[in-house]
Amino acid sequence: MQTKRMTFPGHWLPYALLAPQVIITLIFFIWPAGQAMYQSLLREDAFGLRSTFVGLENFARLFRDGAYLNSLSVTAVFAIGTTLLSMSVALLLASTVNRMIRSRSTYTTLLVWPYAIAPAIAGVLWWFIFHPSIGVIPYVLNVVGYDWNHRTSGADAMMLVVFAAAWKQISYNFLFFLAGLQSIPQSLIEAAAIDGASPIKRFWTIVFPLLTPTTFFLMVVNVVYAMFDTFGIIHATTEGGPSQATNTLVYKVYSDGFVGLNLGSSAAQSVILMAIVVALTVVQFRFIERRVNY
Amino acid sequence: MASITLEGLKKTYSGNVDAVKGIDLAIEDGEFVVLVGPSGCGKSTLLRMVAGLESITDGTLKIGDREVNNLEPAERDIAMVFQNYALYPHMTVYNNLAYGLKNRGFKKDQIEERVQTAAKMLEIADFLQRKPRQLSGGQRQRVAMGRALVRDPAAFLFDEPLSNLDAKLRVQMRVEIKQLQRRLKTTSLYVTHDQLEAMTLGDRLVVLNGGQIEQVGTPMEIYARPASMFVAGFIGSPAMNMLPLDYLHGQGSGALLHDLPENTDIVGIRPDDMLLQPPESAYLQVDATLMLYEAAGAESHLYVQLADSEQPTVIRTSGQPPVSEGDTLAFYIARDALHPFNSASGKRTGD
Repeated sequence: MQTKRMTFPGHWLPYALLAPQVIITLIFFIWPAGQAMYQSLLREDAFGLRSTFVGLENFARLFRDGAYLNSLSVTAVFAIGTTLLSMSVALLLASTVNRMIRSRSTYTTLLVWPYAIAPAIAGVLWWFIFHPSIGVIPYVLNVVGYDWNHRTSGADAMMLVVFAAAWKQISYNFLFFLAGLQSIPQSLIEAAAIDGASPIKRFWTIVFPLLTPTTFFLMVVNVVYAMFDTFGIIHATTEGGPSQATNTLVYKVYSDGFVGLNLGSSAAQSVILMAIVVALTVVQFRFIERRVNY
Repeated sequence: MASITLEGLKKTYSGNVDAVKGIDLAIEDGEFVVLVGPSGCGKSTLLRMVAGLESITDGTLKIGDREVNNLEPAERDIAMVFQNYALYPHMTVYNNLAYGLKNRGFKKDQIEERVQTAAKMLEIADFLQRKPRQLSGGQRQRVAMGRALVRDPAAFLFDEPLSNLDAKLRVQMRVEIKQLQRRLKTTSLYVTHDQLEAMTLGDRLVVLNGGQIEQVGTPMEIYARPASMFVAGFIGSPAMNMLPLDYLHGQGSGALLHDLPENTDIVGIRPDDMLLQPPESAYLQVDATLMLYEAAGAESHLYVQLADSEQPTVIRTSGQPPVSEGDTLAFYIARDALHPFNSASGKRTGD
């Protein structure tokens, strides 16, 4: 593709046009990131009066800390669970809606609604639904003999946050899957039908492979979402508990830094998170983008 | 291989839109039948009904002796070549061909053998490990045909398979499809809007208009005796000229016209039947002014304005006659070359 090259008479105009974006990036992204990196090398006293340079001690402590290692695995379980659940439900909904003709736009609109709900509200919503004493689902589960209590059971708590986080992301995934499905020519499905493939076989041998670009894109987006964008949901439901069972990395940054006031450790944790984002981005561009081309 | 029988086949979409209004057609075993008509005439819908991709509102569809109205496409033992080829983009050519066989539970060595035979027949054996996007339009077309013929189905269905190719390739593939069908003798139903394809490919033509059959016959029957004004205008290029009978009477040709069938009020004349030299048999003469002269190599098209008429008229002659735009010329039409029609019914008179 040919791009038109614009030439400016002087230097100041192009720089002036770029400035707002650059300034915003510098103030809100680069500066705090730099600050965090610097702070991760310091240890501050509880009153914030003095700080001492400790080198990489904060990082070393983190990796010796059982609570932090636990948080890593909690985050992995949470991210994988949320991604799998939200993507599979979204794919199921999208392929169902894609079969509809007249009611398609109505369903699409309805299914997109959850995306507009703020994470904290979604969290509270699920908190009510799953509340051990007043919630609907624990009541139903109780009837079938399961004693739901996310305040005492770590597994229940994890399921709760996974449900809440996945539910919010389903809308987003659904839209992308629906668009992906609609870009698959109908004649391919018809050709496969004539070639003797059952509807289920058609889905797995034709539709699903052709959706891989969408699937990989969503996988990265969902993992990033689950790891970094679910603070509100966890804060509104379990607050990381019970006994660290849902204390993900992002939530731990907050609770260690702003509740525990261990700013050095909190900064070191955010630097590690930053490294994880960079790694995920590299994986997306390097590895996945190449593999999904057919 | 099998015959295909359509009895009163109807397709009504919701909202009472009749796409296909009752088609009766018997396609014999091994026959190559072309469905031709303008866009929206229901020809693709009809083909898709035979394939099982559209439900049948009313009527009976038989492939061989089986009624297949309610069978799934896979159970009808047909293969279809789509307009956009519909190759599976994520599979190699080999797997594209093998897919239908795998689904039908063929053994590995049988699949291998059939794919290789088909690939050799279509000259795509060198591309078996490539993906469809690495192939040219013509090669994709061959793969699409290969996918149809590896299965050795009872019938081939073609849905405008050549319309995505450039003109030169289209002619070449047309010849190959014809040769292939002659060799395999598989019953074929072919949809096109291109009348040249229709004329050259089909053993029989079915001209459709508005969801109904206008005429069925061999290409030459249809060309020589179009059953309606629609068929006359649709088959043949440039299209047949339609002149009111009154006009010809006014040109002093009355003596030759009185034996035309009753109710004739329009006369059709093919562009090649308007001659610059008088023929040996009885003829009519009209005068016309040459408006535009199109020289197209082996032939020329003369766009003329007939004397005392607004009617645009086209004449086709071989070579390049020594005339120029603005000349007033005399044209001669053999009496036998007239196609009599009735404008109210649109049908040929005297049948």
